Amino acid sequence: MLLNIENLRVKYGNIEVLHGVTLQVKQGEIVTILGANGAGKSTTLLSISGLVRVAAGTIFFQNSELQKLRAHDIVKLGIAQVPEGRRIFDTLTVQENLNMGAFVRKDGHQINETREWVYKLFPILKERRQQLAGTLSGGEQQMLAIGRGLMNKPRILLLDEPSLGLAPLLVKAIFQTLDEVNQAGVTILLVEQNARAALKLAHRGYVMEVGRIVLEDTAEALLANPEVQEAYLGGTRA
Amino acid sequence: MEEFFQQLTNGLAVGAIYALIALGYTMVYGVLKLINFAHGELFTIGSYLGLTLLTSLGLSDVFGPVLAILLLAAMVMGLVAVVGALLERTAYRPLRESPRLSAVVSALGASIFFQNAVMLIYGARLRVYPLGILPRTAVNLFGIYLPLVKLLILFASVAIMTALYLYIHKTRIGTAIRAAAIDQGAARLMGIDVDRVILIVFLIGPALGGAAGLMVGLLYGQINFTMGWVYGLKAFTAAILGGIGNIPGAMVGGILLGVIEAMGAAYISIAWKDAIAFVVLILILIVRPTGLLGERVAEKV
Repeated sequence: MLLNIENLRVKYGNIEVLHGVTLQVKQGEIVTILGANGAGKSTTLLSISGLVRVAAGTIFFQNSELQKLRAHDIVKLGIAQVPEGRRIFDTLTVQENLNMGAFVRKDGHQINETREWVYKLFPILKERRQQLAGTLSGGEQQMLAIGRGLMNKPRILLLDEPSLGLAPLLVKAIFQTLDEVNQAGVTILLVEQNARAALKLAHRGYVMEVGRIVLEDTAEALLANPEVQEAYLGGTRA
Repeated sequence: MEEFFQQLTNGLAVGAIYALIALGYTMVYGVLKLINFAHGELFTIGSYLGLTLLTSLGLSDVFGPVLAILLLAAMVMGLVAVVGALLERTAYRPLRESPRLSAVVSALGASIFFQNAVMLIYGARLRVYPLGILPRTAVNLFGIYLPLVKLLILFASVAIMTALYLYIHKTRIGTAIRAAAIDQGAARLMGIDVDRVILIVFLIGPALGGAAGLMVGLLYGQINFTMGWVYGLKAFTAAILGGIGNIPGAMVGGILLGVIEAMGAAYISIAWKDAIAFVVLILILIVRPTGLLGERVAEKV
């Protein structure tokens, strides 16, 4: 088990928003978390990365207990997150953004190799490498955010709504790239509202509702599940 | 024309000092979105520490005047940097999660504390830097009379600012400082230790302010415990003029403000010197509230 979250509880002030979330991700998997706005998907990802405090429960990444570590030490373990809304550094150049993704790495020359890999995945970023990131289009910014996450050469990549606000064709292209990234050995935990695209890509999925995991299954089974179809896939397919 | 260039060099020297102080405001604001109201007092502490070290160590007897001043500057910068880091630890870090206003009140409190501490230690009367630290020679450049001290201030400030610019723009840590200023959360997701970034900013900013304090002591010869207020306010104006949070903006804003002030004092009236600075502030806030270089890249979706 690469990532093992057990009974995770998180509070914002006095209000508990995660009521004991349990989920696992195995090495090499693509796992998706589906759910409506406010279900607690982003909070789950942020607590893995150490950006929100864990009230109770454990988050094991192999043998490390992440809830006891600080954010920058978590990143050093090879856990990269592509946050919701991209949050690229808009007044830094594309290349500087990518370099920040490799901030914790000490293996100088291998960073260049990773950068070339990212440029191969997203050739447009290479073309625009000297441009300020804020001048990129929405789709390019999302590619940059993913590329920046990959620069960590992560063991697991956490993605929060990478399809948000993008045209369907672009979503398809980005999800194809994520598949490629996974083939290259990166485990992926993907939070998505675009349930159909996410389930087509993922091996397994969890469904979250108001701070709890309510369903867990393989991606095919979830796609075929009438309840999931009703709630997240826009009704039964004709 | 000679008069004009004379005033220009005066303005440049004072402007360089404003710029050094303004950098401290702008860097802290960039990362914490906090106006460090105690920054002017760090500048004061710099000039008093300079005085103490100057009179007690007798460096210029050993090393000769120029090298002695450089050594002195390094010591003052180091000491004020430590004071700055302590200030961050005690007055700002405990309030990191509190509402913005709490930190502002804490900054004002720290300012009052430092000002009174300086007064209690050194006395309320103005203090005088010893004469003849630097040879009173002057360079004659195309008929413009340039005292050595002004030349030294100009060279030192340009050197310091160039080094800072290169550090912020060309190094890994410098880029991390800029990243943390843009989005702290995203910076933490990159593995950047934001607490360390803040500490670095609170070492660099006060060090520059301390250097400026020493420069004022050397330039005018007199210092007093309230001078941080006026210089702080002017430098704050300069930071806003250039675009607060923007490092090249603070440099440009400081030098511009110094020159505008000098010109205003020469050609309008010396009594209006401070008023002119604040008219500039009001104008920039009306015409271009983001400052000269404080342009944000449009957000695209």
